[in-house]
Formats: sequence, structure tokens, C-alpha cells
Amino acid sequence: MADGLELEVTTPERQLVRERVSEVELPGKKGYMGILPGHAALLGELGIGHLSYLAGRKRWTLAVHSGFLEVLDDHVRVLADAAERAEDIDVERARKALGRAREQVSNPPADADPSVALAAFDRAQARIEASEHKQSI
Amino acid sequence: MPSLIDIRRRIRSVKNTQQITKAMKMVSAAKLRRAQDRVIAARPYGAMLRKMLANVASAAAGDEQAGQNPLLAHRPEQRILLVLVTSDKGLAGAFNSNLIKAAQRFQMERPDATVTLELIGRKGRDFFRKRRARISGDQLNPAKPVYQETALIARKAMDLFQSAEIDAVYLLYNEFKSVVAQKLMVTRVLPAEVPDGAEPVDYIYEEPPAEMLKELIPRYVETEFFRAMLESTAAEHAARMTAMDAATSNAAEMIDKLTLYMNRVRQASITKEIIEVVSGAAAAE
Repeated sequence: MADGLELEVTTPERQLVRERVSEVELPGKKGYMGILPGHAALLGELGIGHLSYLAGRKRWTLAVHSGFLEVLDDHVRVLADAAERAEDIDVERARKALGRAREQVSNPPADADPSVALAAFDRAQARIEASEHKQSI
Repeated sequence: MPSLIDIRRRIRSVKNTQQITKAMKMVSAAKLRRAQDRVIAARPYGAMLRKMLANVASAAAGDEQAGQNPLLAHRPEQRILLVLVTSDKGLAGAFNSNLIKAAQRFQMERPDATVTLELIGRKGRDFFRKRRARISGDQLNPAKPVYQETALIARKAMDLFQSAEIDAVYLLYNEFKSVVAQKLMVTRVLPAEVPDGAEPVDYIYEEPPAEMLKELIPRYVETEFFRAMLESTAAEHAARMTAMDAATSNAAEMIDKLTLYMNRVRQASITKEIIEVVSGAAAAE
């Protein structure tokens, strides 16, 4: 068995991560999954949430916002619509966005699409979670 | 014959222009670097998405439902949407006029089809508005292309295509080939062409391939639009840099010529004065 995984996290604008890691945990569309070396080939959609990986002894966290993922020959490719490293997240702003989104979800304006507000809520939540994860480890 | 002062004034004016073109060249060079970096940074995503799409498409090949994806539907091209990416600012050589000419040629080559224009950038907008072309929408260039914003334009095109108001969507833009060369690109983005050539891998599918295809194809179209925007931005700065470099050296040449002329005029007036003095003295004898 090969030692470790090759993880690539890419957004349309740039590549955020390209590293050898020993473990990845990421949000699938139907819930979180852990990926270890030797994982079977897999294709799926990426949900909204936090992605964390173990490189050396350090655990890194990112917030990812939907997209696609592929696992093939110990190569994990994540194509996210948007992604941010936990270090770069402005928690204050995320909290404000969460408040706004919550407001929109609980009493939506007549003409608004509820799924838009829900997605905004999920994204804000993911960013806050990701930044909290960074602090707890 | 112009007086010395007139020529000096001219030289000063040319020098001022030269300073401006030189500064513009330097600004463009800096912007070009950043635009180029963005083009390169966006490449891995496009490449990976293409590969993934090929994989999923080959897995979904047998699926009845996948073949009927509305974004893949081929119809006779009677109503075409042409997305034209121009720049907002001029002074970039033939950057915009080439695009506009190509857009007109595109229409001429398809006399049976109605071509509707979606215009990005002020130059294209101004030109086609004045000529009362069929325009579905227009917007200015962002200083820096943002994926989410570009995706909105792509989504609008996809909506039009899906509701069968439009039979095909083409992108027309300048591709950045090198600092001195831009290449006009006309690409059909809809109906989408699924890349093939993937060797089948036995994936575990979290979602059925047909479902994934439904998500992947729009994303693929969006990246095509985004890439066009990035390429066009880089090409614009490259074109402006080249144009301003040429303008700067033309100004230098002009200054040299004018300086030579000025010296000649000065010499001529001195000679004339000497002749006057000499002939005056001769007459007095």
C-alpha cells in the first residue's frame, strides 16, 4: 500500500492545496466521510462544510462550498466552487452573515428564493465551523 | 517656415505624450503579470473538471436519461446567442476592432440565423448599440474577473438555451497567446461538447452518474465563460502594452526628427542674418 494520499483542493480561481497527507475528512453531499490511503475509486458531489486533513502531525482545516470530489489511486481531488483556509476566515464577518441568513430563513421576504437563504446559512455555518476546528486542535 | 518657438513647443508636446504612453505601458505590464497569473491559477480546475466530466460521461453513456440532458440537445442553429467579450478601454491597438469585425463576419456567415448579442465590455456595447443590433444584455468588464459573477452570465445563457429560445451559444473573445500576439477565438459552448477519451474506471458513485452529469455540465460551461474572461483580460493588457510601446518609440522618433528640423531652422536663420549684415556692409561702401 502506498504511504499517504495526494490531496488537491482546487477552486475555479486557484489551487489551494496540493500536498501529501495521511488522512482527509470531507463533507459529501450526504454527510461527512473519511478517506484513508487505499480507498476505492470514488466520484461524488461535495457538500458545504469543513474539510480537514492531516499532513505530518498537523491538522489543517478549510471551509468548502459544494463542488465535486474524486478519489483515484490514492489521489484525492476536490473541485470546490469556493474554498477558504481556516486561517483566512474572517470569523466576525461569517458570524454576521450567519445572523443575516438566519433572519432571512426565519422570516423570508415574499419574493426571495428560500433555497438561496438556506445555502447562505450553510456556507456561513461551514466557515464558522472550520475556523473553530482550527482553534480546537 | 515655422518659427523656432513653434517647433520647441511641438517637441515639448510630443515629449509629454511620450511620458503618458510610457507610463501606460508600465501600468499595463504590471496588470498583465497579474492577469497572467490568474490564467495560470485557473488552469488546474479546468483540466480536472474536463477529466472528471469525461469519466462521468463514459459511465453514464448507457443511461437513457443522461443522453437527454437539455444542455446537450442539438437543434438546427436558427437562433444563436453570441457572447462577445471586448474591453472597456481603448488604446489597445486592434484589440477591439478585430473582435467587432469578427462578430460582424460571424453574422454575415450565417444569413439564415438570427444572431443575438450578449455584450461584455464597453467597446462592443457602444458599437452595437449605435447600430441597433439585437442585444440580449450587456455589462462592463470587472477589473478582475470573479468566478461567481461570470457564472451569472453563463447561467443566463444556459437558461435561454434550455427554454429553447436559443439554439446555440458561441463565445467570441481574444485569447492570450503571447505578449505580442492575441488569437481570436470563436468557440461553441452550447450545446455542450462532452470531452471523451477517458478510460473507464470502476468508480463507486455517490450519486448516479446521470445525476452528476446534470451538475457537472453547467459547471463546465461556467468555467468556459470564466476562462474566456480571464484570457481576454490578459490579452487586453498585452495588446495595450504592445500598442503603448510602439507609441513610445514613435514619439522618440518624432522628437529626433523635430530636433533635427529645429536645428536646421536655427542654422538657416543665422545664415540669413549674416548675409544681411554682409550685404548691408557691401552696399554701404
